[in-house]
Amino acid sequence: MGGDLEWVMTESPPAIRVEHLVKKFGDVTAVDDVSFEVRRGEIFAFLGPNGAGKTTTIRMLTTLLRPTSGSLTLEGLDPVTQRDEVRRRIGVVFQDPSLDQDLTAWENMEIHGVLYGVPRTERRERTEKLLALFELADRRTSLVKTFSGGMRRRLEIARGLLHTPKVLFLDEPTLGLDPQSRNQMWSHVQQLNASDGVTVFLTTHYMDEADRVAGRIAVIDHGRIVAIGSPAELKGRTGTESLEAAFLALTGTAIRDETAGATDRMREAGRMWGRR
Amino acid sequence: MISVIYILWLREVKKYFRSPGMMIGTLGSPIMYLGVLGFGLGPIFQRAGEGSYLQFMAPGIIGMTILFTSTFSGMALLWDRQFGFLKETLVAPVPRLVIMIGRTLGGATVALCQGMLIFGVSLIAGFRPAGVLVVPTAILLMALVALVFSAMGTIIGSSLKEMQGFQLIMNFLVMPIFFLSGALYPLKNLPAPLAVLTRLDPLTYGVDGLRSVLIGVSHFGVVIDVITLIGIAVLLLAVGAWRFSKIEV
Repeated sequence: MGGDLEWVMTESPPAIRVEHLVKKFGDVTAVDDVSFEVRRGEIFAFLGPNGAGKTTTIRMLTTLLRPTSGSLTLEGLDPVTQRDEVRRRIGVVFQDPSLDQDLTAWENMEIHGVLYGVPRTERRERTEKLLALFELADRRTSLVKTFSGGMRRRLEIARGLLHTPKVLFLDEPTLGLDPQSRNQMWSHVQQLNASDGVTVFLTTHYMDEADRVAGRIAVIDHGRIVAIGSPAELKGRTGTESLEAAFLALTGTAIRDETAGATDRMREAGRMWGRR
Repeated sequence: MISVIYILWLREVKKYFRSPGMMIGTLGSPIMYLGVLGFGLGPIFQRAGEGSYLQFMAPGIIGMTILFTSTFSGMALLWDRQFGFLKETLVAPVPRLVIMIGRTLGGATVALCQGMLIFGVSLIAGFRPAGVLVVPTAILLMALVALVFSAMGTIIGSSLKEMQGFQLIMNFLVMPIFFLSGALYPLKNLPAPLAVLTRLDPLTYGVDGLRSVLIGVSHFGVVIDVITLIGIAVLLLAVGAWRFSKIEV
């Protein structure tokens, strides 16, 4: 039995394998010698305070950033040298919204499908299916700007799944959502993970969410992984009752401030101009 | 690849036809130029022995409309960057060049539509082109001008990071391009420095070409205009593609 399992594991590469990953921005080391593996079909959570290196890691895994050193593979492929291959196999829901709000839900899906080369019939069928699954079917012809925050998030996840990715990246997908929407969103993600076996890599600030949905959790702080294991293991290791207490025990209680980047400032300007 | 270009082109066009408010709003200043300057300066122009000012300036105002619309739609890149959609297209398994082409063609199409609209308005105002047969050629020229400035917009949109630079571009690039183009005045007998500047302005050739086709008055001759415009379009598209490939998301 154990032998069989080992055979399966060596035969197919893990969904994500990261070894001694380093990313430096000038003098700042954002990600410092990080190694971990995400198994196929797993829901894996990446937790850490602001500026811990979560988004930088996601950006490297999703081909947006080149690592300074170390190796990473996604489904056995290298995001640097096999960029388009990797892109076809991943779905990404960014921390910031990336929908076109002046188009309808259907049109946003349609553009995504064309960009990822999903054939027309399959594109339509999957769009129908995903919009129904994420409870957006009756709003398919509405402009996205009329959607609530929760609906937009759901649409982004549905869109990220349109090209049947092997790995779905969710970078703080529930940021700014009310508890109902958060709850509903995770139900959908868990359902998809169970039915299609899609691997999910997520980051979140909400410990209760990670506790609820993730099979394993990596806690990252100051660019280094400080703990990795199932929610129960992390609680056991720190001798704490809740994951939140475990997280604070692992990362300390000091507040982290991120400096506002150009995008943040521009979003501010955008609000002033009355656009969302 | 063609389907990607098509869908991104379609996106721009759809958004244009869905916002009649914007369509009409951006017609405000050209209509003002046509109405106020056209009729206000008309008598002086006539007295100087140059004929009807409206006839003379209408092609210039069409050129101006295309300049503004296509530059703005290129700069819509900044909005797409801010509201995230740019990221969605840039992480897709598609060469950036293809994305840039789709967007730029879409922007150029929108500008062309806007140019044709103001052409219609100028007809109502009393502008009379040489004949119906010249209209298709004029549209081709308009398309060329739209392409040139959409490419310019793409360069600006890819190079700027924030909306703050917008006023700078408007006042120190777009307005000078308009005023130096000879849209409002004839190119002959200009003081030497101004004459040099007008010749460095791409829109000059667009307006001159349109004038040549529509009313048969030309400074350089339509052949030189078209060749120059094609050359500039190729150059700006190449630079645009290069700048676009450098965008970081």
